[in-house]
Amino acid sequence: MAQITFITRDNETTTVEGKSGSVMELAKDHNIKGIDGDCGGVCSCATCHVHVALEYFEKTGEASEIETDMLELDDNVTEYSRLSCQIEISEGIDGIVLHVANE
Amino acid sequence: MPENLTQGKVCVVVGASHAGVNFAFALRKEGWEGEIILFDRDPALPYHRPPLSKTYLSGEGETELPPLKSAESYQEAEISLRLGVNVIEINRDQHTVTLSDGNKQPYDKLVLATGARPFIPPIKGIDTAHYLYPLRTVEDVNNIRMALAEGKGKSVVIIGGGYIGLETAASLKKLGSNVKVLELEERILARVTAPVMSQFFYDLHQKNGVEILTGKTASSIETEDEVNTVVCADGSRHPADVIVVGCGIRVNQELAEQAGLEIENGIRVDSSARSSDEDIYAIGDCTFHHNPHYDCFVRLESVQNAVDQAKVAAKSVVAAAIATSTNIEKDVIYDTIPWFWSDQYDVKLQMVGLSTGYNQTVVRKEESDNNKFSVWYFKDNDLLAVDAVNNAKAYVLGTKFIKGGQKIDKAKLGDPSVDFKPANLLVS
Repeated sequence: MAQITFITRDNETTTVEGKSGSVMELAKDHNIKGIDGDCGGVCSCATCHVHVALEYFEKTGEASEIETDMLELDDNVTEYSRLSCQIEISEGIDGIVLHVANE
Repeated sequence: MPENLTQGKVCVVVGASHAGVNFAFALRKEGWEGEIILFDRDPALPYHRPPLSKTYLSGEGETELPPLKSAESYQEAEISLRLGVNVIEINRDQHTVTLSDGNKQPYDKLVLATGARPFIPPIKGIDTAHYLYPLRTVEDVNNIRMALAEGKGKSVVIIGGGYIGLETAASLKKLGSNVKVLELEERILARVTAPVMSQFFYDLHQKNGVEILTGKTASSIETEDEVNTVVCADGSRHPADVIVVGCGIRVNQELAEQAGLEIENGIRVDSSARSSDEDIYAIGDCTFHHNPHYDCFVRLESVQNAVDQAKVAAKSVVAAAIATSTNIEKDVIYDTIPWFWSDQYDVKLQMVGLSTGYNQTVVRKEESDNNKFSVWYFKDNDLLAVDAVNNAKAYVLGTKFIKGGQKIDKAKLGDPSVDFKPANLLVS
C-alpha cells in the first residue's frame, strides 16, 4: 500500500492510496487533472508526465532511457521528470509527492 | 461562460470505446452542464482495446482488462453510461435516437462514436468453421483463451498479416501455440510500411517460431469433426484447431447512412468533427476527416485519433451550444500528426506521421544494437513519417521534425556514427 500525493497545475492537492499497478493508472482512477495516459501506459506518449518533488526522488528513481527519450515530446522536462506509467506502486514509494506536469 | 446555455440540454453519445468515453469526459471538462448519455451495445465496462491482442491475450501483466475509466468516474462526472444498449435509428427531424428496446431518447447534440467491426471475408465454408474468431472485443479474446484452454492451441492459423494478425501471433506464441500467419499480399504490412520493415517483422516472427506465409489467399475452409483446414488459392492446405481472422475492419456507418448523413469512406466530418447535420458529430475510427498537416482526407484506425478527435469535438459541441447571435461560435480545428504503436515480442514499434506518397526512405541503424533502427519516409525533401523500432529517440525526433517541417540532411541521418541530435541532422 502506498500513499501518493498529486499536485495539479491548478495547485489542487489530492492524496490517494494505491496497492498495485502504475501511478498513471492510479491517477486515472482518481481523475487527477493533467494525467491522460493516452497510450494506455505502454510508454508510447508523454501524457502522464509528472515532476517528482525532489525530496522523494530517491524513492522513485530517475527515468529510464526510453522514458527520457519519450519525455522529449513534452516541453517542461526537468531532471525530476518521470512518466508516471513507468512508476510501479509499491511500499517503497509510500508518501511521495508528484507535481502533474500538464494541465 | 454563460452557464445556463448548456443546462437542461442533452448530449447523446453512441459508442463507448476510446472515442466515446474520452468525448464524454472531455465534454464535462469543457463546461457542459447538461445531461451526457453514453450508449454502447457491449455490456462490458469500457476498456482499452490495444492490450486485447497484446498483454491481455498473452496473459502477461494484466489478468483483467484495464478499464478506460472506473465505474465510479462516470457517476462522479454525471455521465449516464448505458451498456448493453443498441441504438438502432436516428430521427434527425425529431432529434431522437431509437434504442433496441423501442424507447426513444431525445438529444440536442448527438455524437457518433460507432467505430468499426472486424471484416470477415466471404471465404467459402467460413460459416461452418469451428473455433474461428475475429479480434476486436474482450469477448473475442476470452473465446480464444477458452479454446486454447481446451487444448486447441496445437495449430493456430491467423488469416491476415497486419498489426492485429502479427500481434496476435506473437501473443499466442508466448502462450505456447503453434502459429501460422497467412497474408494475402507479397509481404506483411505491405500497405503501411516500407519493405525493410516488412522484412524485419518477417524475420522477427520466423526467429520466434511463427511461420509467415505471404501471397496466400484463403479461398475456403473445410471443417470435419471440429478440425478446420484452411485451403488457399494456390492449393496449399493448412490445418487449424483455431482460426483468428485479422483482415481489417468495416466502419459502423449504417446508423449514419440510414439517417442520410454524408458518407464517404466513413462518416464524413468537418474540421470540428461535425457531420453534414449541424447537431450531429462523429469521432474516431468511423470518421473520414481532413488532416491539415498532410492536406488530405483520411480515415484513421488508432487510439490517438479517437482520443484527440474526441477532445476537439467536445470543445466544438460546447462552442456550438453556447453560441448566440452576438457570441459567434469559434471554430475548433482538428490538427494533429497521427501516431501509432505496435508491440510484438520484445519489440516496440512506434510510428509517427502518414507515409502515403513517399518516394524515398532513409534507414538508420543504431550502432549499439541490431534490433534498434528507424525508417524515415520522405517525399522529395519533406519528411512524411518515421517508423522507429526499439528507438524512442528516433520516434521523438521524427515527431519534432515532422511538426516543425524542418529539412533534414539525409546522409547524416542514415549515418549512425553521426550523433542523433537535431543540431547534427538539420539542414540550416
